[in-house]
Amino acid sequence: MYNVPNENGRFGEFGGKFVPETLMRPLEEIERALNEALIDASFREEYMHSLREYSGRPTALTFAENITKQLNGARLYFKREDLNHTGAHKINNAIGQALLAKRMGKKKLIAETGAGQHGVAAATVAARFGMECIVFMGEEDIKRQELNVFRMKLLGAEVVPVYSGNRTLKDATNEAIRYWVQHCDDHFYMIGSVVGPHPYPKMVREFQRIIGDEAKEQFIKREGKLPDVVVACVGGGSNAIGMFYPFLEDDVELVGVEAAGKGIDTPYHAATITKGTKGVIHGSMTYLLQDEYGQITEPYSISAGLDYPGVGPEHAYLASIGRVRYESVTDEEALEAFQQLAREEGIIPAIESAHALAKAFQIARQRSKDETVLVCLSGRGDKDVQAMMTHLKGASEHAFIGN
Amino acid sequence: MRLSGTNMFIPFLVAGDPHPDVTIDLALVLQAAGADVIELGVPYSDPLADGPIIQRASARALKQGMTLPDAIKLAGNMRKKGVKIPIIIFTYYNPVLQLGKESFFALAKENRVDGVLIPDLPFEESEPIRRLSAETGLPLISLVAPTSKERIEKIASQAQGFLYCVSSLGVTGVRDTLPEAINEFLAEVKQYSRVPVVVGFGISKSEQVQVLKEHCDGVVVGSALVQKVEELSDRLLQQETKQYALDEFRCYVEQLVAPLQEGADFCNEVRR
Repeated sequence: MYNVPNENGRFGEFGGKFVPETLMRPLEEIERALNEALIDASFREEYMHSLREYSGRPTALTFAENITKQLNGARLYFKREDLNHTGAHKINNAIGQALLAKRMGKKKLIAETGAGQHGVAAATVAARFGMECIVFMGEEDIKRQELNVFRMKLLGAEVVPVYSGNRTLKDATNEAIRYWVQHCDDHFYMIGSVVGPHPYPKMVREFQRIIGDEAKEQFIKREGKLPDVVVACVGGGSNAIGMFYPFLEDDVELVGVEAAGKGIDTPYHAATITKGTKGVIHGSMTYLLQDEYGQITEPYSISAGLDYPGVGPEHAYLASIGRVRYESVTDEEALEAFQQLAREEGIIPAIESAHALAKAFQIARQRSKDETVLVCLSGRGDKDVQAMMTHLKGASEHAFIGN
Repeated sequence: MRLSGTNMFIPFLVAGDPHPDVTIDLALVLQAAGADVIELGVPYSDPLADGPIIQRASARALKQGMTLPDAIKLAGNMRKKGVKIPIIIFTYYNPVLQLGKESFFALAKENRVDGVLIPDLPFEESEPIRRLSAETGLPLISLVAPTSKERIEKIASQAQGFLYCVSSLGVTGVRDTLPEAINEFLAEVKQYSRVPVVVGFGISKSEQVQVLKEHCDGVVVGSALVQKVEELSDRLLQQETKQYALDEFRCYVEQLVAPLQEGADFCNEVRR
């Protein structure tokens, strides 16, 4: 039976709690509260109620009729996390953690954000549940995601620019943790992915597994069987864990897709499992991108949401036991899938999700017509439209805008 | 590592900031100024427990190419240049893992390091390191924080070398005030500890040292010194101005820790 993490927060050799002593007790308190909440029917009802009534769950399962025809291979389905309130799967976790914070009597939330999706989700639930919210965001990402910064402010959150390191997600996470160390007595740190010290990877999985739970039920109803392949993109890896978890003990092929950026043989990628080595980042033992002396290196991806030098410890574990296969997709392949989905199915996906789509298209093309592929379409692409416009104009103006 | 046990002064330096040779000079000055132990900080790309001052110093040292093995060798060079007081290597865990836990202890031993401190390795995760520490006889310095509460007994009873009390919630830095509850916290820690109890995080004024010395066995001063090094860095790097800068550094240090020491009158001599 699949039963990780253990009581020490270990997924095999991965996970754990590598944090300053100051945070150990706050983590123990969260763990206790989480374990109690997870077996409390009233907490579950409150969580499910918010997902239904506020976020609009269950999200749809969509058959990709046109692309399936075009690929002439396996039948392709999307789990439509893009249809959530705030436009991505991030809200599932934000609702769960905010309810837990409330249960613990904490009214101030701390969040880190890269592209701004988790920051927006955190700011949203803070507004909804009457909490304060402070979001740390790298100065570079603030420039790249101006609109999301404004959204967060509109929702009443304070956005703190981070000037350390490369001024992106890794640095925002460092700064959020530092702020938490200082304010752990009355603040709740809401991590946006299945990363960080125990119990965060487990907690975020529990609040994201709704994706896979719903998808599994919907898929069986629609197709009368389980999918043959399930695909999701992996930065920290929360949509992927949420999608994969309910399928782990089924006879289903699971594929995680990392960002290959400009190619995994260049220094410009964020393919942590494919190219990383074992170590500790943000309180957890996992794979990460680092130099030979253990200094963490800067990842690169066109997608701010996948641009992270670590990966959730459960993914490291799933890779090590061979249960999930991790592959990677370049910026260029993701951009192509991004446009293809818009043109063929009328859905503009997040550039993160476009990585999963690109891999799913490749897989579906090679499979027979009686096979099925299910992709987690983790978010919508509104946030990326501006950047894509600039990018695609520069890359191939005539191909995109010409006719 | 045998420590005097009272009124200890434990300064912290970032290895390689602003240059490895200067770090040795600074260590010699600190020894002359009455330091009992030196904490040699290994620069890290992602120092979670550190505030802006040590973050900046780490970035400068990394730019110089400083690494964990080089920092340990720097401790060895300090010995050759006359540093006799114990040297503790302060490093985040990830560089230790990449060097290899066994190689880390072997290299530390070879370079006459006296102990190690890993700020992101809490008690629960420290078993493999404590085993190697016992094998090599290099103590692993433990930390307790104001949030530790019922964890204090477990940590303090196993502490080796000295026990490092984190003065307040937060990361390293210079603070104007320390929490009022610190005396109770220190009293509780002393009750369980068999080794000297020292306080760090935020200490940057001689008034703070004066108040704290009644309640603990020593103080760790990090960011305040690193900030001074930053301020003097240009002069420390120039041969003509180096000695003057080192004197100024010594003067600053002696004033800061004057409450711990009697008869430290270097500054007055310099002024005369």
